[in-house]
Amino acid sequence: MTETATAPPTPTRYTGSRVPRVEDGRLLTGHGTFVDDIQRPGMLHACFVRSPFARALINEIDASAALALPGVRAVFTAADLNPDVHEQWYSSYGPNVPDTPRPPLAVDEVRFVGDPVALVIAENRYIAEDAIELVEVDYEPLTAIADYRDAQTSDILVHPKFPNNVAGSLAGPPPEVVEGAFASAAHIADETFYQQAYAPVPMETRGIVVEWAADNGDVTIWTATQTPHEVRAFGARLLGLEPERVRVLMRDTGGGFGQKVVPMREDMCIMLASRKVPAALKWIEDRRENLMAAGQARHEHGRARMAFAADGTILAAGIEHAQDIGAYPTPWPVGAAAAVGLLFPGPYKVPLATWSTTSVFSNTAGRHAYRGPWQFESVARELLLDIAARDLGLDPVELRRRNMLSRDELPYPNPAGMPPYDHSSPLETFELALRMLDYDAFRAEQAAARAAGRYLGVGTCTYIEPTATGQPYYACEGAVIRIDPSGQVTVIVNGGSAGNSLETTVIQLTADALGVSLDSVDTIQNDTSETPFGAGTAGSRSGSATAGAVAETASVLRAKLAELASARLGVAPQDIVVADGQASVPGTSLAMTYAQIAELAGPGGVEASAEHTAKAPMLWSNATHVCTCEVDVVTGKVTLLRYIVGEDVGPMINPNVVEGQIAGGTVQGIGGALLEHMVYDEDGNPLASTFVDYLLPTTTEVPHIEYGHMEMPAPGPGGHKGAGEGGAIGAPPAVINAVADALSPFGVKITNLPASPAALVALLTEAGH
Amino acid sequence: MAELPVRLTVNGETVERTAEPRMTLADFLRERCGLTGTHLGCEHGACGACTLLVDGAAVRSCLMFAVQADGLDVTTVEGIAAPDGTLSRVQAAMRDCHGLQCGFCTPGFVMSITALLRDNPKPTDEEIREGLSGNFCRCTGYQGIIAAVHRAAETVEKA
Repeated sequence: MTETATAPPTPTRYTGSRVPRVEDGRLLTGHGTFVDDIQRPGMLHACFVRSPFARALINEIDASAALALPGVRAVFTAADLNPDVHEQWYSSYGPNVPDTPRPPLAVDEVRFVGDPVALVIAENRYIAEDAIELVEVDYEPLTAIADYRDAQTSDILVHPKFPNNVAGSLAGPPPEVVEGAFASAAHIADETFYQQAYAPVPMETRGIVVEWAADNGDVTIWTATQTPHEVRAFGARLLGLEPERVRVLMRDTGGGFGQKVVPMREDMCIMLASRKVPAALKWIEDRRENLMAAGQARHEHGRARMAFAADGTILAAGIEHAQDIGAYPTPWPVGAAAAVGLLFPGPYKVPLATWSTTSVFSNTAGRHAYRGPWQFESVARELLLDIAARDLGLDPVELRRRNMLSRDELPYPNPAGMPPYDHSSPLETFELALRMLDYDAFRAEQAAARAAGRYLGVGTCTYIEPTATGQPYYACEGAVIRIDPSGQVTVIVNGGSAGNSLETTVIQLTADALGVSLDSVDTIQNDTSETPFGAGTAGSRSGSATAGAVAETASVLRAKLAELASARLGVAPQDIVVADGQASVPGTSLAMTYAQIAELAGPGGVEASAEHTAKAPMLWSNATHVCTCEVDVVTGKVTLLRYIVGEDVGPMINPNVVEGQIAGGTVQGIGGALLEHMVYDEDGNPLASTFVDYLLPTTTEVPHIEYGHMEMPAPGPGGHKGAGEGGAIGAPPAVINAVADALSPFGVKITNLPASPAALVALLTEAGH
Repeated sequence: MAELPVRLTVNGETVERTAEPRMTLADFLRERCGLTGTHLGCEHGACGACTLLVDGAAVRSCLMFAVQADGLDVTTVEGIAAPDGTLSRVQAAMRDCHGLQCGFCTPGFVMSITALLRDNPKPTDEEIREGLSGNFCRCTGYQGIIAAVHRAAETVEKA
């Protein structure tokens, strides 16, 4: 395995250990700084007037009553804000993709319930909320497309420029590639799976404060984001400014999970409106808006097929996938969907594959990124494998053993069009997780329970995922490291942490790279006027990317320290070893501490900067989730019993952080499998816009999660692989397979998510129970 | 709308301000008292992020008006650590057990756990889960939080 050339020169002390987080002190005592904590002199507050109809024409907007309310300062409509858009595109895709529409405010027609129609500016939030009720909008309601599955054959068009409501389709190897294999197969599994809409639902909603300085035209933005530098670049393009004129700050962001990866329509509105008001402008989304209008994810279906030989060997696989993109997806949704087809074969020896994907508009909230955006590949594959195993009369574990890739079979080609799988351990994590469960003992317990009229089940999901992509935009991460004459070290990176512990991470990495103690390192993040470019928290990249940035910058800094010490110590730089907090000459007593060298350099100390660029196209992480459950066959209630994750994210920087990411993602996946449902009625009205209707998992539903770690290094910095998204990928299939296994005596087959109590009772009733 | 005087004790200090009758206690603390540690996650009493102590009882401050707290004793997350900054047992256990990630729900959990352990110093796992089921966390999967309550209970026992 290729190791990075930038490994620290001394044995690592902190990397790999469970060091306490530096973020925790402020967050535990109420001294964090989230966007809603920002106060500016004379700050004004914004609130959106939103459409109550899924589809309607806007005949007229009368803001006179709202404007007459004391404390209201302005009401803006599309005519005021939209013409000010200079350019509107996201850096990761560039300006040339065939993007979907994304107007700041709705023009002429509203396209989902919650579509922003007007923006009220007032002296405080209470008055702004009063005033939105006074904005009279004359709507002419139209029939809406509430379900994307009806959209391709509907006469109604969500956007007139997109025939059949299709934003785009992509395909991999054509179906002919697998036809022979299916024709000669001993067994074929062929099912259509449907996954309901659910969403990231960060505990902190979206929010932004924008302050425009009339004297010099500078714009300062405080926002809840995963990507400060993208907010700056996007904001500069939107407003027609040089990026240097835009400064973005964020200290604490209360969860993102994809929802805060790029600015959305409301953010655009606040940026545009900020230049029309005399003070800073704040918008804080409320929960109802968040559940109604921030966006949806996961809503998709696919016909999944696999051809098997008589012994269960997989001969070919295929998926025809379609996804709901709502009315205004962010960003362009078509390209990302390819990953569903590319990853459908998963960590199995699948020689042939075919796939297609279609992105379909509907009159619902726009699709956006969510942790493991392609996870439907695992849902479809792993549910199909369990169904196939039952039909073949094989234990699902045995069917997987016959087909799963092991470490020593890598690299192995992906038949759908991805680079080969490599540096991972699918079969090894599978066996590890099954050992932790004691699979055979569970099967015995299950049989005994069934005899006693109780229904237990076990389900697994094994997946492989590309992390820390080498795609040009996301490959880049810069760092600056400074040593002050006091000896204190400061590491400056973009950050973009939304709970993923990037402050602790870079301090650990920097302390090791320079051989200093943790408490002698500070970090500055999330102020674009001070930090070098970094692509932020996305695509499970931050661990690897910041490790690369710190390693390369520390390497430059060590050379600089040697150079400076060389002049004072009178020896050549190459004879000096820089490690453990000092520059020394081996075999002599000659040495200088970092503080002494920094003092020599001048009052500003010594500083280095460098940029890391990921070289591998992707780093493969993998895991197996194993879940056991009991299903009450009268009420349909599912109780999770044990939950085990055997995973390989390479060498861990901080096992607490990795396990925290796994657990958080897993519980989001459990929510998606059993509870969370962003449901609409047939007219396109959202029915789950409060936490009474949109059910998040709580302490009473989640099991204790057990972890088994394997560490196959990847060809990237420190061998570290991404850990942020996998939990949310592996959990839904493992949970659904466990429920289906529990109900297998009834002949129940689960192909629709979520497995809510009502859905399970309906399936049992249908099966004659 | 006319403002009414509100006089209450916040973290041991007497506070006198005014508030519209419709102003929530959470907004009053955040905007009139400069105490932004109390967070609003839903504003409809479901998520528990805004939990604080009113006369010792754990209360959702998004569901209470500031004027209702007139004359009462309020403790927010800013009042939990010792004056010298030493974390409380609950706060220290949350740090030690990786009980927080983004930190947005954390103040509500710190307050709920503090009240829970005061009323039930040796809770079972089931009692902990039941007691915290009104606080949502989207980052941790609750693993570190539940471990932290056990840890804090053990610490109390030893002390």
